[in-house]
Amino acid sequence: MAITGLFLSFFLIIHLLGNLQLLLPAEEAQLQYNSYSRLLGGNILVKLVAYVLYLCIILHTLDAIYLSYKRKKANGISYSYDRRGRASTWYSRNMMALGIIIFVFLVIHFKDFWYHYKFGELPLDANGNKDLYTLVVVAFEELWYVILYIIAILALGYHLLHGVFSAHRTIGLYHPMYNSMVQVLGVVFAVAITVGYIVIPLYLYFNLQL
Amino acid sequence: MKINLKIWRQRDSQSKGEFKEYHLDEVSRDMSFLEMLDTLNIKLIKQGENPVEFDHDCREGICGQCGVMINGIAHGPLKNTTTCQLHMRSFNDGDTIYVEPFKAAAFPIVRDLKVNRSALDHIIAAGGYVSVDTGQAPEANSIPVTFEQAESAFDAAACIGCGACVASCKNSSAALFTSAKISHLAQLPQGDKETSTRVISMVNQMDEEGFGHCTNTEACQVECPEDISVLNIARMNYEYNRARVVKK
Ligand code: HEM
Ligand code: SF4
Ligand code: FES
Repeated sequence: MAITGLFLSFFLIIHLLGNLQLLLPAEEAQLQYNSYSRLLGGNILVKLVAYVLYLCIILHTLDAIYLSYKRKKANGISYSYDRRGRASTWYSRNMMALGIIIFVFLVIHFKDFWYHYKFGELPLDANGNKDLYTLVVVAFEELWYVILYIIAILALGYHLLHGVFSAHRTIGLYHPMYNSMVQVLGVVFAVAITVGYIVIPLYLYFNLQL
Repeated sequence: MKINLKIWRQRDSQSKGEFKEYHLDEVSRDMSFLEMLDTLNIKLIKQGENPVEFDHDCREGICGQCGVMINGIAHGPLKNTTTCQLHMRSFNDGDTIYVEPFKAAAFPIVRDLKVNRSALDHIIAAGGYVSVDTGQAPEANSIPVTFEQAESAFDAAACIGCGACVASCKNSSAALFTSAKISHLAQLPQGDKETSTRVISMVNQMDEEGFGHCTNTEACQVECPEDISVLNIARMNYEYNRARVVKK
């Protein structure tokens, strides 16, 4: 759980850096983003990492299902009057719910961009690269699509808020000083990822409305 | 003061339980929570009803027998306090108090508020000790232990085995309890020798007893009467991963 979760978190950084190119002025962004996408698609190393990534998503999800099953079994009969919530954060108790939102989002996200890019027919840009940029930009013209993204990314943000520090505990970081460092860095990371990913659809949406 | 009680009554592990309502009119603010239950039981016995069964022993916060859920929280509203050390001054005149047993698949209900916590004993029996040959006590200073080491080990050793961590955990995990013992012994030279085998067998036993998996929500430390640190869980994970990956 911890290893797959941390790998996915690491991927989020790379993915965000790549996608920030979408914020460049339109013409420049189109050419640069499309050639960047082609570069990724063509590189054998990137392909390998991509397979590890798919595997991580699957293993992480399977582990999540196993943990939920184990929780159900270990809980036995539930409390009739339960106020245990005061002792922990709501998102730490609802990692599975947040994960399911992320998972549903991933399915949509993969279908609309990844599948289209890999297997669909796309027009070519001035440099002869598949025009993923326009696909993305057009998608974010729809308000409901932007809202869907924001909900999913907020869910991801809360998932990371608990997940990143939790993963370090699971691995076995027990020194108090490093623990407080990871706790702070985890919050910074979760906020940075959330803001970073939310800015892109918002920027594209409002840019297109102007 | 007047207190309304909704207490979980259940005949045995097989039958279905339910809340029953009771009223007490003359509760003193200085009574402990258990003394308040004693008053109720005297009343019930006088009326020819079965008294409410609950566990207790020392009544001074050290034996770990007395845990129940009070208003949905293990050992009641005060932090780092056992049920026996909770006093009625923490409640107000006319309050309704819900009292329920700790609930987890690994803690079958014996009757009413009394649960069987033997599963915790099985975890200790799986490795929560130091193997030494019997004989004369060795010279105390032959193995040096620093003050800090001793204090830190003692903080972990303070666990009284009450099971509030399990009851407070959404996963019904016994990670805080188990890690407290592993951490206690791993920090002392006499205990550390067996850390690898100990951590594997205690963690396996924890699974076998039907406890859940820790996901670091940290509810356990908040409700633990001894304020056992969740960092002990991280140390247990460290020792477990090390025993699995590095040591043969
Ligand atoms: C595919 C859908 C996903 C599901 C169903 C899911 C579910 C879960 C669950 C149930 C946990 C364990 C609960 C806990 O530790 O409190 C967890 C932990 C975690 N997740 Fe996810 N998650 C998903 C996607 C992701 C993604 C995309 C990331 C990262 C970008 C991620 C990062 C993490 C991290 C870092 C942990 C902590 C690991 C640990 O505590 O040992 N998860 N996830
Ligand atoms: S760790 Fe705390 S809550 Fe858990 S059994 Fe020990 S004393 Fe009780
Ligand atoms: S009766 Fe011993 S700790 Fe409460």
